Parts: sequence; structure tokens; C-alpha cells
Amino acid sequence: MPGYDFRLPFEQPIFELQEQIETLEANETTSPELRERIRELRKQLTETTKAIYNHLDPWETVQVARHKERPKFTDYLDLVFDEFVELHGDRFFGDDRALRAGFAKLDEYKVLVVGHEKGKTLKERNECYFGCAHPEGYRKAMQKMALAAKYGLPIIAMIDTPGAYPGIGAEERGQAMVIAQSMMEMSRFKTPIICVVIGEGGSGGALGIGVGDRVSILQHAYYSVISPEGCAGILWKSHNYAEQAAQALRITSKHLSEMGVVDDVIEEPLGGAHRDHHQMAGRMKVYLLKTLRELLRKPTDELLAQRYEKFRRIGPYLETQPTG
Amino acid sequence: MATGETKMSKEQAKPAREKRGVPSGLWLSCEDCGAMIFRKECERLMNVCPECGFHMYLGARDRINTVLDAGTFEEWDADLSPTDPLGFTDKKKYSERIVAEQKRTGLRDAALTGSGMVRARRVAFGVTDSAFIMGSMGSVVGEKLTRLVERATSERLPLIIISGSGGGARMHEGIFSLMQMAKVSAALARYDEAQGLFISVLTNPTMGGVAASFASLGDIIFAEPKALIGFAGPRTIKATIRIELPKGFQTSEFLLEHGYIDRIVQRADLKSEIARIIDYCGK
Ligand SMILES: [Zn+2]
Repeated sequence: MPGYDFRLPFEQPIFELQEQIETLEANETTSPELRERIRELRKQLTETTKAIYNHLDPWETVQVARHKERPKFTDYLDLVFDEFVELHGDRFFGDDRALRAGFAKLDEYKVLVVGHEKGKTLKERNECYFGCAHPEGYRKAMQKMALAAKYGLPIIAMIDTPGAYPGIGAEERGQAMVIAQSMMEMSRFKTPIICVVIGEGGSGGALGIGVGDRVSILQHAYYSVISPEGCAGILWKSHNYAEQAAQALRITSKHLSEMGVVDDVIEEPLGGAHRDHHQMAGRMKVYLLKTLRELLRKPTDELLAQRYEKFRRIGPYLETQPTG
Repeated sequence: MATGETKMSKEQAKPAREKRGVPSGLWLSCEDCGAMIFRKECERLMNVCPECGFHMYLGARDRINTVLDAGTFEEWDADLSPTDPLGFTDKKKYSERIVAEQKRTGLRDAALTGSGMVRARRVAFGVTDSAFIMGSMGSVVGEKLTRLVERATSERLPLIIISGSGGGARMHEGIFSLMQMAKVSAALARYDEAQGLFISVLTNPTMGGVAASFASLGDIIFAEPKALIGFAGPRTIKATIRIELPKGFQTSEFLLEHGYIDRIVQRADLKSEIARIIDYCGK
């Protein structure tokens, strides 16, 4: 795609094939042999991309989830929704750029969308602390979601954060408390809620807008109790073990789906969402519409009871009679 | 969400390790002021330093004895124990870590729950022990606390939870631990709808996913003096912003000043303070 210049190490074979194809295509003269060779290389490119992306290990998945060209919250706002009426501010302290909210139209449905924004330019990235929200972000999300519940608009939450911001101001303004309150309120908002992890599902910062009737994840996104680097630092005493930590934490969509923690996995275009924003957005739209129709059919009591049960059953333990 | 940082402080880890069974000398040194204290005297004061008043580690069983009327605690869900759902291994296998922690602390996991009396007022009572894998919340802690909240809701009991957790959500159980935060919080929403009274007591340390879930959702929030309470661990914050943290940052006193807790309560007064709040709000 245009502007695509960020290369992951394990994608090298893909780029090599692409370059070969480009070189051949640049030839002035064409012959049947040349066209055949290009066709073969294209086939090989598809196969190679498939082979790499069907077997991403957890650490590679983390890198794809963090890819600079990966579609961000604002890309989905542009490509999935017909309108976005941003609602700013938490009525208390400020307007966090790392967590945005607003009314939007999804075909015929009016909804409220909240999501983490990581930014694209360096300026934007700095403004939103690379997607790490402050308490005012969660307060804003809560306040706008409460509006949605009041006026009967479904809520769509898009999660993409390395984690809630660790800083002095964040602690002074109650980071722990707002995340707790947000989860508590989301568990009881009387309107359908769909949560989708679109990139990084970084611990409490993700879960702060992650309680809903459906919790879904993009194929190459991840969702984890702690960043692999953070886990490695604590348990292995060195960030160099992030790869091992990523493996041990079981954070990929496949693992999460097997463990029953996510409801649906939304498949990404060949070679990851960063290779085709439009196709990814199309799949997102299909998923959201289908899920929204399902949820809107449910009476509110049933919806809330099922939302409760969904989280209630998570977490394996042994229950035995004490010996002796 | 999982912070594991406070474990790095040797001073804090020490009393926990010495807790069980091992005769560890007549004297101990206060982790705050460094004074040498006569152990018996310290125990008589519920592990509060007689010199400086610092509130040291107090295990879950001792917590029960200091808050509930003698002999009234009836344990619930005692037969829940942890599994190793991820087959998690860091430097050590999680399955082996569990067994070692159980042996060392005499607990099956980091939480004890049940019912009891506070000055003759019946309550649902839970406590996390910061000595068991940093008092972190995995599936057993999440399940026990959720059952506690649900039972408090159906039996219309005031709910008291004393939190001590340096570890937050337990890394070794991965995403399951994170989801316990949502699970307990959802149960507390129902308890709230039923007009339940939840008194949350924060002790040193209460961090990460424990601070960012049930511990912060009390109708009334108490904290013991000088406890470390916060979302991100101080080391993480320092590494992120690269400036020195202000003195007293993330302490109970800091939280009181910024408006996040109702009262700082001395350990010796906790029981009567709880009883008094129940008399105002409880049924
Ligand atoms: Zn002292």
C-alpha cells in the first residue's frame, strides 16, 4: 500500500518476492515467458504470505498488532462509519486524545463509538501518548457511554492500547479508580455493547472499555494481562525475555478463542490488516452489523443477564473437598 | 495490570517469609524506621511498629482475628484451589510455584472469604494476603470474591474486603486473571443495585489490577496509614517519565489528599470504625 515502508523482519521473504515482481514488471519489452514468470512469482507471493501469516508466533503477532501501518481507530471511523460526531471532554479535567468518543452512523444504525487512538504522525502520537489513556479518557468514555445508554444507542468500543498511562498526573487523578468504575458501569449499561480489540489489548487500560455483550478480536491483534516486556521484566528480570513472555502468556486470538475469553475472531486480509485497510474495514463493518442485529433482538433483561454470565464463567479453578 | 514490583523490596518481602512456623528471633527491625522491636510487643500491637506506628504486613488469618469477633468467622468456598491453565513457566513452573506458596503460607490461594461478626453485626468478609504470590488475583481469588459478593447480595449482608496486593492481576494465569477484574466488578454492580454496603479497606500494598477493580469500588474506602496504593508501580512510572517521584507519592495520605479515599484508619481502630459505618448505612 502507498507509504508502506515499515518492514517487520519476518516479512523479508514477502518483500523480496515483491521486489522481484516489480523489477520484471518494469521491463520495457514483454514476452510470454516473462508474463508467465510474473504470474508464477505472484502465486509464490500469495503462498509465502499465507505461510508466514498463518503461523505467526505470539511475539510476531505482537509486532503485527503494533505495526505502524496497521489501521487505527480513526481509520475505522473513516472507513466503517458514515459520520462521526465527536464528543469531547470528561466534564471534570480535560479531553484525552488517547480515548475518543462520539456518535456515529453504521448504515441505518445510530451508535456511540469509543476507542483508543494511537495517532499516525509523531505529533499525534505524542498528543495521545501512543494510545495510553489518562483517567480523563476513561471518565469521558464512561460519561458518553452513559449518554448512549440513556438514549438507547448501542455502544461500539475499539480497543488499541499498550496500557493505561503510568504517570504522576494519572495517579493523582485516580487511574485505578476510573478503570474499576468504567468496568462496573459497562457491566450494567442498558444497551448493547460490542468490544473489538483492533491492535493491542494492553491489560487494564484495554479492559477499561472492554466489558460488553460481545468481546471480539482481530486475527493478529493480542490481548494480555500485561505487556510481554513488562512480564519479562518482572518474572525473568529482563525485558530481553519478551518473546518468551509473549509465548507463555497465550495472548493471540487463537489462544484467546480456545480459552473462551473472546467470542469471535475477525479474520484479517492476507498478510495482515496493514496490507489492506479497505478490506479490513469491510470485514469489520460486516461483523459489527451482524452482531448488532443479533444483540438488538434481545430484551434488555436478557442482554444484561447474559453479559453478566459471560464474564461470570471465566476463570478455571479446582473445587475439591478438603482432605482430612 | 499486573505489577510485581513491590516484591523487589527485600524489606517488604521479609516479614511475609518469616511468617509461618519458623522461629525467627526475639527481635525484628521495622521496615520503615529501622528500629529494633521486640517481636512479642509488635505482635501485641497487630504488627504495628511501637516506635513509628508503621503498619507492617499482617497475614489473612490474623486479619480475621483483628476485625471479626472471636470465633465468629465461618469460611466459605475453602475448597477452591488454583490450576495452571496456561501451563505457565518462567524461571519456575507456575504449578510448582503454587505448591511452594501453599506450603509457605498455609493458604490455598491469596484470598480467604466467609462470614463473621463485627461487634455483633453479621458481615460478609474477604481478605487477600499479600504474601501469597504478591497477593495477586488469579481465577481462585476472582471466583471466591465474586461468590462472596453474590452471597452478600442474596443474604443482604454488609460486605468488607481487606485488600493487600503488590501483584495486581496474576500474570501466571494470563488473560483469565485480567478478566477476574471485570467479573468481580460486575458482581459489585449487582450488589450496588441491591443497596448493599461495601466497605473496602486498602492495606500496604494495593496495586495494579486489584486497585483497578474491587478495591476501588467501595461505597466507603478506608486505608491503613502509609500504605502504597496505586495503579502503576513506582518503578514503571519512573522508567516512563524519567523524573524523581514526589515524596509520599501513591501513599494513603496522597490518596486522601487527592480525594480517593474516605478515611485513613489505624489498624487498632479498624473494627470499631467498620462497626460505626455499618450503623449508619447498613441494615
Ligand atoms: Zn517503625
